[in-house]
Amino acid sequence: MDTVVVKLVNVSKNYKDKTIIKDFNLEVYEKEFLTILGPSGCGKTTILRMISGLEHVSGGNILLDGVDVTNVIASKREVNTIFQNFALFSHMNVEDNIAFGLKMKKVDKEKIKVEVEKMLDLVKLKGYNKKYPNQLSGGEQQRVAIARGLINSPKVLLLDEPLSSLDYKLKKEMQVELKRLQKKLGITFIYVTHNQEEALSMSDRILILDKQKKQQLGKPMDIYNNPNNKFVADFIGESNIFRAKVVKIVDKYAYVEIDFAKKIRIINKDYKINDDIYIMIRPENITIGNYLKENSIEVKVKEVIYNGSVSRVIALFGNKEIKINVKNSDKVNLKEDITISFNTKNICSFVK
Amino acid sequence: MKKENKFFKYLSLFPISFYVIVLILLPLIYIFCLSFLTSDYYGGINYSLTLSNYLNLVDLVYIKLFIKSFLIALVSTFICICIAYPFVIFVSQKKKIVKNIIMTLVMVPFLTNSLIRTYGWIVLLRKTGIVNTFLEDLNVISSPISFIYNDFGIILGMVYTLLPFMILPLFSAVDKIDKSVIEASYDLGSTSFKTFFNIIVPQTKVGLFNGSLMVFIPAIGYFFIADLLGGGKLMLIGNLIKNQFLSARNWPFGAAVSISLVLITFGLVKIYQKIGGKMDDLGGF
Amino acid sequence: MKKSLKNIFIFLVFLFLFLPIIVLVIFSFNSSELNIVFENFTLNWYINLFDNRELIEAFSNTIIIAIVSTIISVIIGTLGAIGLHKYDFAFKNVINKLLYIPIVIPEIVLGISLLSIYTLFKLELSIYTILLSHIVFSIPFVVVSVRSAISNNVDVLENASYDLGASNFQTLFYVTLPSILSGVKSGALLSFTLSLDDVIISYFTAGPSSNTLPLKIYSMIKTGITPDVYALSTILLLVVFIVLTISILVQMRSIRRNSI
Repeated sequence: MDTVVVKLVNVSKNYKDKTIIKDFNLEVYEKEFLTILGPSGCGKTTILRMISGLEHVSGGNILLDGVDVTNVIASKREVNTIFQNFALFSHMNVEDNIAFGLKMKKVDKEKIKVEVEKMLDLVKLKGYNKKYPNQLSGGEQQRVAIARGLINSPKVLLLDEPLSSLDYKLKKEMQVELKRLQKKLGITFIYVTHNQEEALSMSDRILILDKQKKQQLGKPMDIYNNPNNKFVADFIGESNIFRAKVVKIVDKYAYVEIDFAKKIRIINKDYKINDDIYIMIRPENITIGNYLKENSIEVKVKEVIYNGSVSRVIALFGNKEIKINVKNSDKVNLKEDITISFNTKNICSFVK
Repeated sequence: MKKENKFFKYLSLFPISFYVIVLILLPLIYIFCLSFLTSDYYGGINYSLTLSNYLNLVDLVYIKLFIKSFLIALVSTFICICIAYPFVIFVSQKKKIVKNIIMTLVMVPFLTNSLIRTYGWIVLLRKTGIVNTFLEDLNVISSPISFIYNDFGIILGMVYTLLPFMILPLFSAVDKIDKSVIEASYDLGSTSFKTFFNIIVPQTKVGLFNGSLMVFIPAIGYFFIADLLGGGKLMLIGNLIKNQFLSARNWPFGAAVSISLVLITFGLVKIYQKIGGKMDDLGGF
Repeated sequence: MKKSLKNIFIFLVFLFLFLPIIVLVIFSFNSSELNIVFENFTLNWYINLFDNRELIEAFSNTIIIAIVSTIISVIIGTLGAIGLHKYDFAFKNVINKLLYIPIVIPEIVLGISLLSIYTLFKLELSIYTILLSHIVFSIPFVVVSVRSAISNNVDVLENASYDLGASNFQTLFYVTLPSILSGVKSGALLSFTLSLDDVIISYFTAGPSSNTLPLKIYSMIKTGITPDVYALSTILLLVVFIVLTISILVQMRSIRRNSI
């Protein structure tokens, strides 16, 4: 899994006077499912379009399988895209849509037929050959788009928010389906989305992008547990973030003060006394009660929301709302003062 | 790709640009220049600049002709509105397929020769025509009525020829109104009359103005309607231009009249854009 | 208002629109040439029609001009609409604005300005000048209707096509043109009918020996139109009706297909 398939070297993109991407570097490995995750306008779709060749780069180089393809046009790159709204050709039936890529290459008709059938089988649409896109459901259209993108057996499949127009249940199904296809075919997928749930459930690695800059790149679990900065912590999952000041350093631990002069012990990451930092605790890592004997604070319960398996307690620490997940909400009463605590190993910290 | 792309760019843009410049812009500029020249007795052109063609327009004869031509166009437009509004409202309440059939049928007269259709009215309405003969045979009238060869004839001809141009844009405007808005209006106790003026007209004003332009502007220039259905002495601006170019052979004066007409047209189009009309909706049936 | 009253109103409007057409259809079967009362049923006018050389020539000129001008306008207009959508260049806005001129200005002004420019360039007025003039007023209508069919979606489809390995020309023929076909079709229909029925612009740009059906009819009206012209118009009307009926049937089918 260490062969690099796609490599972006110092890539930048300007549109009119606006910088969309600046000095961007990325290596994508063979057979990898990489997700580029970020809010709208962060430049993620532009990166995808530059890899596909639909957008020119303003600077830098793009390598595909070690070959510089910066000046190779889209139709000559061995990369295919699944577009946001599928972009199926509505005047062609399913068969012709899927066969399009091979037809353009003037592949022998008999061979095209065989390949189309293979693809239909792969995406579980056997017998749909003669239907037109407007006769298909959203999920079926999605499958046709995938088959059409895969028939050229690209080195990399680019997916531009392909699930955004599907309803919740279908989205879930297609997530499983996409992952299955990717594993089965062993093709590199580069997937763009603003939906963190999709990113966490499917990816081998996630690249988080914001304000035209790479924020963090790593395995889903690492990103969730050890966010690099406030943006990532906030963007992925739910979090409670506090401003803190380092007051004491003992061995591998640092002690910080949050708003009410409360001392919290965290793992030291080369901090110095008086450093201003942030600390972050996930709602599921907070325990009600003082069992841990360390890192505990007094809060007032503001709201209790029953959510099925897990309930949500919102408590006030001064003016700050703290989100807490509890298994059993019976013990918690409104407006009651409670003590909450958290384990040092569950506290993340970052400078910005 | 770069090469092929450039090729398609020129292939697609060169013909249309050539056409726009040589066959639209150039003729108009030429007419504009012509309007500042004079003609000699033989219909030739003297190349000396003058404003006399425009000054000549400020003559009582021509002012009267302009006013009359505009009045006829205005009355024709108004009548078209009065017919088209209820028509499209009633049609818009029909089922989709019925709507399609009715609107296609409205197009049919378009597809038959407009002169022959106009002649049909002559056959019907002239003094020895079908209607007068019929009425005389029934002794309803003692001498034939002059339906045509007068202003009424011209207006009839204009309304008849141009009515579909009013119906089509007005229909697409009325058909777009959310039906629940109209129902809500009735529900709140509004009468049909009030609903029409308070809901339908404001929501369809762009379509209304579009249709009015498509009737009013041609109605100024359709000289053949005046030729066929008007009285001999009556003339519209269209006839004036035609005469200057074909019989009087005073092209510079005809050009001046045409340029005035173009300016008026541009003014009306500007108003249309002001109220939110899109240029692509004009004439895009 | 009562439904029946509404239907009566719709009927009256249609009566107004179709009355003169009905009259000419009826009188095309009339044995009398006077067009006042219907005497006897005859098909003679339909038979005589083919002996009227001038009429047949004017008619065939009209059809040829309509077909040729439509083909040329559709090619230039469609390519132009695509090009104007795709590419940016210095005078694009000016070209776009000037394109509306033939649609909005009175036809007579377009007619005399073309006449003037032909005279200026010493082009002899003939059937070719009529043809050129018809192309002039048809192109903008084609551009407008093609443009309405080029939505942003077409850009996405073209991207998909490039992405799948299609060249520029493959994309144009397999993706772009089929996607905007409805606009091309309605532009073609519009320019064909405008050409078929044009009096004003032909009137100014026709040479003395070139004649089209509308011009021929125009010159006949003063002296009275003979029923063979009615016969010809009736045949045309029949063709139009057949074409429209087919198009309505196709529409009904597509409505049904989409509602499945």
